[in-house]
Amino acid sequence: MGETETFYEVIRRQGISRRGFLKFCGVTAAGLGLGAGGAARIAQALETKPRVPVIWLHGLECTCCSESFIRSAHPLVSDVVLSMLSLDYDDTLMAAAGHQAEAILAETRETYRGRYILAVEGNAPLANDGFFCMPGGRPFVDTLKEMAADSAAVIAWGSCASWGCVQAAKPNPTGAVPIDQVITGKPLIKVPGCPPIAEVMTGVISYLLTFDRFPELDLQGRPKMFYSQRIHDKCYRRGHFDAGQFVEAFDDDAARRGHCLYKMGCKGPTTYNACSTTGWNEGTSFPIQSGHGCLGCSEDGFWDKGPFYERLSTINQFGIEANADIVGGTAAGVVAAGVAAHAGVTVARRLMSKNENKDKE
Amino acid sequence: MSVTTPNGFTLNDAGRRVVVDPVTRIEGHLRIELNVDEANVIRNAVSTGTMWRGIELILKGRDPRDAWAFTQRICGVCTGTHALTSVRAIENTLGIQIPENANSIRNIMQLCLQVHDHLVHFYHLHALDWVDVVSALSADPKATSALAQSLSPWPLSSPGYFSDIKAKLTRFVESGQLGPFKNGYWGHPAYRLPPEANLMAVAHYLEALDFQKEIVKIHAVFGGKNPHPNWLVGGVPCAINLDGAGAVGAVNIERLNLVSSIIDRATTFVEQVYLPDLIAIAGFYKDWQYGGGLSSTSVLAYGDIPDRANDYSPSNLLMPSGAIINGELTRIHPVDLTDPEQIQEFVSHSWYRYGDEAKGLHPWDGVTESHFELGPRSKVENRRIETLDESAKYSYLKAPRWRGHAMEVGPLARYILGYAQGNPEFKEPTEALLRQLDLPVGALFSTLGRTAARGLECQWAAGKLRYFFDKLMANLKAGDLNTANTTKWAPATWPASAKGVGFTEAPRGALAHWVQIEAGKIANYQCVVPTTWNGSPRDPAGAIGAFEAALLDTPLADPQQPLEVLRTLHSFDPCLACSTHILTPEGGEAISVTVR
Repeated sequence: MGETETFYEVIRRQGISRRGFLKFCGVTAAGLGLGAGGAARIAQALETKPRVPVIWLHGLECTCCSESFIRSAHPLVSDVVLSMLSLDYDDTLMAAAGHQAEAILAETRETYRGRYILAVEGNAPLANDGFFCMPGGRPFVDTLKEMAADSAAVIAWGSCASWGCVQAAKPNPTGAVPIDQVITGKPLIKVPGCPPIAEVMTGVISYLLTFDRFPELDLQGRPKMFYSQRIHDKCYRRGHFDAGQFVEAFDDDAARRGHCLYKMGCKGPTTYNACSTTGWNEGTSFPIQSGHGCLGCSEDGFWDKGPFYERLSTINQFGIEANADIVGGTAAGVVAAGVAAHAGVTVARRLMSKNENKDKE
Repeated sequence: MSVTTPNGFTLNDAGRRVVVDPVTRIEGHLRIELNVDEANVIRNAVSTGTMWRGIELILKGRDPRDAWAFTQRICGVCTGTHALTSVRAIENTLGIQIPENANSIRNIMQLCLQVHDHLVHFYHLHALDWVDVVSALSADPKATSALAQSLSPWPLSSPGYFSDIKAKLTRFVESGQLGPFKNGYWGHPAYRLPPEANLMAVAHYLEALDFQKEIVKIHAVFGGKNPHPNWLVGGVPCAINLDGAGAVGAVNIERLNLVSSIIDRATTFVEQVYLPDLIAIAGFYKDWQYGGGLSSTSVLAYGDIPDRANDYSPSNLLMPSGAIINGELTRIHPVDLTDPEQIQEFVSHSWYRYGDEAKGLHPWDGVTESHFELGPRSKVENRRIETLDESAKYSYLKAPRWRGHAMEVGPLARYILGYAQGNPEFKEPTEALLRQLDLPVGALFSTLGRTAARGLECQWAAGKLRYFFDKLMANLKAGDLNTANTTKWAPATWPASAKGVGFTEAPRGALAHWVQIEAGKIANYQCVVPTTWNGSPRDPAGAIGAFEAALLDTPLADPQQPLEVLRTLHSFDPCLACSTHILTPEGGEAISVTVR
């Protein structure tokens, strides 16, 4: 092992100018919504830190989180992997296989005890004594516990690691559980979604490496900066919801005018994520923009909340908004704080001071 | 001892046992065990899927219109292809016809996946089997530039550019933190590229990593996001509005222009970067003719990319279909997914149980009872499997067979079929490539041939993206804006009981879903997936699948550094999350564990 360099040393020696470096810090700070002074804070952090080793384990999953991660446009994933961190283990991308790959796990535990980040994609099945997932010939749950024990912090990528996701949907034949049920006593951040948005993933990583701490988390362990508001709160079709203009069937006139998809089963009113603001694939679109309701894929248990095309409730013809929010909120099992009728609440909130932020948790 | 399998391979497990687990740079979890003789030649190969998720069991009792979302989560790498297969299966079951625009848009989505998946596979999952990253450090940037410019008009090719890449790579390696390149097989004697070709390939590895995210924006336009875009039974969810009120909330000329520009950029990247690299790299490995496996005797494709909507007969499919068995390349058998005699799955060596394990079952009659049991010769120490026993059950994959034959599926199978059928779209580029490399047709039946076919197919798919985009525009110009048929959207319009099948050609090969719907709910759902064909364990007769066959007789320079093994396995682009599944028609799954 050579001595670890700082991020700044690495990129300067890669031929990036000081100016280019500062520009990168500015873009990253803007992307994270850090406001004035953010770029300078990022620059300072990156100038003084070696690349943090990251071990990225895969359990029961479909690799959509890795695929999303490499879609990141700012920062580019090539910069993340070559300059921001040291991705020492990741089944999907690593050159080594077999015992050479396994050796990296042991070596990382030894060399970087308490100083590496454990990123987990997928989850561990507990049925069949753990043998429903056995990379390296051993139950994944064993490797997961071992690698978590000496890590500095754990990132749960996606809905599999955060909640269980599709393999944990009823009847959960493999006994798949979210990773925080087998990892305890470690700082753990959940970045749910099926998959999460690419720039949310790299944003969480950048934040962690820049500020040496997790961003503010909600009660469920999600970063507030990306998961504190509902898709519905920021949806550009919200005006049509408020006006009672709904798509009644796919490809009807209302669909062609971009009306609200609530009656098509859209789960936007009960889903906390950044899709309607950050957007997907460098802001190209998000599900509602492309004419399909939100599936609620970042919510715990979203597979088992009834068919996707069923409305959140039967709408009474008066008080549509209130009804949508109350029933939707109840259906999603969130506490009532987050589900007051939106019209009243949004006005009230606007009048409140910014600091009095009663989050919907 | 030595045995000859019914499909003509000689297996000998007398030599030293070598285990490769985890096999990396794939989707999911795969284990390979080998026996090598005194000359380090592979004489026995055992392919094991080491994960199981049970998606089909989870589908039971759900709304058929939701099945695409569940099955899409089988795999996030070939994202979308299971969803497309699923909506086709449901439409086939319920007799739903889709609009012409929906067919064009679905084809654009599927072809976009083919282009993206093949490109990412070549550079990020496969290239490091051929490209020595550390050797690139001693490349001369000027000579690298000359090499690149002799191969392609791609503009990023100046000496200064390669000098920067080399400097970047040098600093990265000198930092001592090698990240994804840590513990790679650098300096392995099987690497043959000169330093300049390695440097060029590393530069393109990075370029492709940055570019691939652009291709899938097509999925975002029509499906809202990638990975895992949205689909719809009866059509596509994105409405089209060219000039009416609210057109900004639908697919309009700006969105269509975005798609068109991405098609152009992707086509340029494939033609100016991917294919020239493929040909250049292949040129240095021409005599590495291992890994043919089943490709010269038994290949299978279902066909895909229907030209006109709702017609899934072979003559309307732009991708080849059919089966070749016994090496009779001139005799193409038609494939019927509904015929119980054709496709069957066996479990004699899989961690499942049947009433009679000598028999195979058609997917409509599929029975799965999970049964994890290790054979008497396997070794387990401290909850770690050291060795498996292939005489017993040894994989979470079932063994699918076509009329009793183990088959290879995927780009090479498709190109062999297209070539054998004399289809000029497949035959001519193949012949041109062989001419360029000065290789005979027989060279196709190899690891290299498999990798080359994937590159050719990527170019073909890019061309077809343009074809279907133009077709969509022509249809819009003619005044047809329809994207969904919702006449049978309501469950009340469905028959009380019905069964059907949907199929696609996924990037990794032939894919089909079989479904039964009872009283508006899914009663039975079975997927038979490309990697289940290719990574299949043995069947009751002892025939071996494509992975195991392809690894045989390959010499290893150093069994401790299984580079040649990775080379051949990666040429199939394995996807293990896809390939393992379960369904118990009676509803309750039974799991029993015996470790003898």
